[in-house]
Amino acid sequence: MQIIKFIKSLAYPSEMLPPIVEEESHFDPETEHSAAKLGMWLFLATELLLFGGLFAAYAIFRAKYPVMFAEGSANLDVVLGSVNTVILIFSSWTVAVAVTAIQENKIKLVQVMLWITLICAAIFGINKYFEYSYKLSNGIGPGTDIFYSIYFAATGVHMLHVFIGMAVLGVILKRTYEGRYSKEKFTAIEIGGLYWHLVDLIWIYLFPLLYLVG
Amino acid sequence: MASANPYKTYLNIWLLLMFLTFITVYAAEFDFGALNVPIALLIASVKAGVVALHFMHLKYEDSMTWVFAIYPLFLLFLLIAFSATDIFTRVAN
Repeated sequence: MQIIKFIKSLAYPSEMLPPIVEEESHFDPETEHSAAKLGMWLFLATELLLFGGLFAAYAIFRAKYPVMFAEGSANLDVVLGSVNTVILIFSSWTVAVAVTAIQENKIKLVQVMLWITLICAAIFGINKYFEYSYKLSNGIGPGTDIFYSIYFAATGVHMLHVFIGMAVLGVILKRTYEGRYSKEKFTAIEIGGLYWHLVDLIWIYLFPLLYLVG
Repeated sequence: MASANPYKTYLNIWLLLMFLTFITVYAAEFDFGALNVPIALLIASVKAGVVALHFMHLKYEDSMTWVFAIYPLFLLFLLIAFSATDIFTRVAN
């Protein structure tokens, strides 16, 4: 009988649990804020190690095939890469301003800064689209050689992060119009900003490694 | 935050980052031989450090956050160093 009861409990675990009571966070707002921020830093650590695998592959294959990497790197568009670097660092700056502005209740400034950030992200994506389509139309794809495999994988995963960052900041921007944030309540803007800065950090390494040092 | 005028600080930080980006591109014009990659990584790391300290407010965070920020760099080092040691010390059969 005990066994049947146990199996039943697996199928209907909610019956075994105490009823859910709607309540506020168990912590005071300040603890909640710093806990959320620490959680974001932990997530950023896993993100860093996600890209870490690609950086490890880059280091090893570069050491093995220096000529291939020099030729591949020389074929990348340094001007477009530099423009994208400037755009991304600029958008990182606007996010930093937004995070400080919300703590002074300057909602209008937050909205302007987040709009600029989203526009920068879109321009970054458009540049990347031209870069990819130019490469592909010249018959260069992820399968061309190991350098381009790593190039497309690394910049592709990075581009995915730009899109996710745009979605996150877009939702935050929408919510600023709903009056959800104030100088007492800005955790989402701060940790969303942290995510965007990580996207910038990764690109700071990808740009010289892929485009410049050949 | 902690500084008197954070907006001014952010502007200065951004100008510094732009300058460092220019240095990165400019330095790539010259061939330092084996030092090409270390120089590029050094400049990138300075930029990354500036972004983390000022834009990500690491400068004002507690020691716990610093542990969460630094420890993954150690793991990244292990990942790259041990993979490389494996690959480059294999004896061809």
